[in-house]
Amino acid sequence: MSTLAREPFTVLWLQSGGCGGCTMSLLCAEAPDLAATLASANIRFLWHPTLSEETGDEAIALFEAVLAGEVRLDALCIEGALLRGPNGTGRFHTLAGTDTATIDWARRLAAVAEHVVAVGTCAAYGGVTAAGVNPADACGLQYDGRRPGGALGAAFRSRSGLPVVNVAGCPTHPNWVTETLMLLASDLMRAEDLDSYGRPRFYADHLVHHGCPRNEYYEYKASAEKMSDLGCMMEHLGCLGTQAHADCNTRLWNGEGSCTRGGHACINCTAPEFEEPGHAFLETPKIGGIPVGLPTDMPKAWFIALSSLAKAATPDRLRRNATADHVLTPPAVRDIRKR
Amino acid sequence: MSTETKRLVVGPFNRVEGDLEVRLDVADGEVRQAFVNSPLFRGFERILEGRDPRDALVIAPRICGICSVSQSHAAALALAGLEGIAPTDNGRVATNLILATENVADHLTHFHVFFMPDFARAIYEDRPWFATAARRFKAAQGESVRRALATRATLLHVMGLLAGRWPHTLAIQPGGVAKGADARDQMRLIATLGAVRADLEERLYGAPLERVAEIADVAELEAWRQAGPDGDFRLFLEIAADLDLARLGRAHDRFLSYGAYALDEGRLYTGGTFANGRAKGLDPAAITEDHSFARMEGREAPHPPFEGSTFPDGADETGYTWCKAPRLSGLPFETGAFARQVVAGHPLARDLAAREGANVRARVVGRLVETARTLIAMEGWVRQLHPGAPWCAQGAMPQSGRAFGLTEAARGALGHWMVVEKGRIARYQIIAPTTWNFSPRDAVGQPGPLETALVGAPIRQGETTPVSVQHIVRSFDPCMVCTVH
Ligand code: SF4
Ligand code: SF4
Repeated sequence: MSTLAREPFTVLWLQSGGCGGCTMSLLCAEAPDLAATLASANIRFLWHPTLSEETGDEAIALFEAVLAGEVRLDALCIEGALLRGPNGTGRFHTLAGTDTATIDWARRLAAVAEHVVAVGTCAAYGGVTAAGVNPADACGLQYDGRRPGGALGAAFRSRSGLPVVNVAGCPTHPNWVTETLMLLASDLMRAEDLDSYGRPRFYADHLVHHGCPRNEYYEYKASAEKMSDLGCMMEHLGCLGTQAHADCNTRLWNGEGSCTRGGHACINCTAPEFEEPGHAFLETPKIGGIPVGLPTDMPKAWFIALSSLAKAATPDRLRRNATADHVLTPPAVRDIRKR
Repeated sequence: MSTETKRLVVGPFNRVEGDLEVRLDVADGEVRQAFVNSPLFRGFERILEGRDPRDALVIAPRICGICSVSQSHAAALALAGLEGIAPTDNGRVATNLILATENVADHLTHFHVFFMPDFARAIYEDRPWFATAARRFKAAQGESVRRALATRATLLHVMGLLAGRWPHTLAIQPGGVAKGADARDQMRLIATLGAVRADLEERLYGAPLERVAEIADVAELEAWRQAGPDGDFRLFLEIAADLDLARLGRAHDRFLSYGAYALDEGRLYTGGTFANGRAKGLDPAAITEDHSFARMEGREAPHPPFEGSTFPDGADETGYTWCKAPRLSGLPFETGAFARQVVAGHPLARDLAAREGANVRARVVGRLVETARTLIAMEGWVRQLHPGAPWCAQGAMPQSGRAFGLTEAARGALGHWMVVEKGRIARYQIIAPTTWNFSPRDAVGQPGPLETALVGAPIRQGETTPVSVQHIVRSFDPCMVCTVH
């Protein structure tokens, strides 16, 4: 069946306690652009706070029509944390023009939506909005930090039977969002396609470490010591790329970037409670000189053994370049015929 | 004619950043009084307390996904002040490029995605320019909207190259930037900016950027409208003339800019204030925040930001917004691209300010002229990068101290005030551009700039979400998530 023959897959997008960054990132979709990508899967935004014409009353009328069942809602996308404060009233965020807490709108709309998608770490787990003293009593749609629960409760399933799909990331890569919507629109996402934190596995089954251009430094434990150094940032500068579930270094951002390509640590922004690492973000906590957070799946004893071996074998080129902001010693040019 | 006053509550206001509600008292077909409400409180200033000062570079940008780099820059400047260091030359130039990219991208988003689609609404069907406006600016679908989004995505490749990603990069540091560019990056940057220039010259301006940057007065602007090159800029001027947008949305005509883009010496756009026809320097010590009509504790007296506080008072009845009211020497000030160009002395901006003050047309023209000026400067900066020379100076964080960081976001003056005690953030106060522009009334009852700008806005028969109000609100390019943070 051609996609044109089907009814469009309808999306309603609301923002609550977030920064709008996930939307701003979504607009960076390219090759093809956002409109062409959505059209390819026959996805139509009923309303989006950044893209739609309807404002004020016209928007509210549409939300009411969805609640009344007059307009079908295939996916409710929520961006930003859900705010429960003050004192459980939700009034730290009322939906403008309605005098009603946005968390209540989210609950009512989630009940009629075929799928519910949390766009960004805020909506998924609370994110930065829930950091520190959590002044607004923020939580995610179906998680409160690491704990299942949140605004909709651990038992929530949307009409499709899926839990909330957590497109975690702070912000989300534009394609994480579009590919999730496309999979849902094509009826190709099942419960097993989500990982244990509800993240789509098509990107969460990768580590940021994969494809990081600093891998050679990592292998020899040739470490950056200060910002702008070329070496691996795991040992001293807080990089969590070996533990962070995302494909940032194989998919790339804004053409050809990623956090580690930009010279700074991966802070594991797709993980619940990334906002509270328990130490300064750009510093690696260590015990006895060994980083506390070891690469995912790596036994500690092996890490210690391998890294001391690697350090002993570090080529001079990597040792020198690791603490410089440009290549001091290029790889030797060898005449391959003489090998 | 009836003089009965009606109350209108307008919201949700879309195509602005974040959430906004406006309460209007309407009589005789126009707005008599306006009250601006920012209905979202997250409490970033409190979230920052108790953390390692350097964490501000992670937390503060997440106030806002549209000007996250500006937030990051303000935090980095405050940290640099605490550490007593200055960025390296490369670090300074790369920071300018990163910040300018965000600001130009914001201007493009605002014009095409947020502002112009209002003129493609059915309400304007009878206007001579409507067919063109609808074709180019229909929300999400218009030709120019889509082209502009593609150009914006291309422009943001500068972030991929210099900052890793956008939004929420950690590349900007107190001593410069985390990533050194090499010769290849430099050439990619030239190619990227070249593509952006080409699209803007072809579609937006219909002319070289230099010609736009050089428009010297209102007469030349008028000539552009009548006989200038075809493009969306001219289309806007035509619409503005037809709808008299120059008479809509005038506020106090007091302008504020902290100055933007540090050069070898001075700034590309010098900072200060401009009021009553005079430019003056700025004394940051004269800035305070008033809580009288904010739903915040601490209403007794205005707060200098180093002594400020953020304790929401949910039970309060007099407050009507979570936004505080910043004042400079007790007065509300308008900030933004137009204010920045006026303060910096751009001749067209000064002429507009002298003849008609800030208004819907002037604010949009300010952004479009600034976009051209900034892109030209960016091309020069790319050539000033020196691969091989240092990118990031190193410093050490003291156990205690206080410092502020003042920068310019696309929407205007942004400041962070940080107090560190025992190696932790003891106090953090942020005053964002839209906090200035959309501030509520203060202790002496002075309304904020938008509240003033809305007075007199015409309401058509039966309108519940008046289109004139939408033009005025969006002319400020508000960022509500920054406002209350
Ligand atoms: S997840 Fe991050 S980028 Fe997205 S809304 Fe939250 S703070 Fe902004
Ligand atoms: S590299 Fe890490 S911090 Fe950066 S976007 Fe990817 S997961 Fe998030």
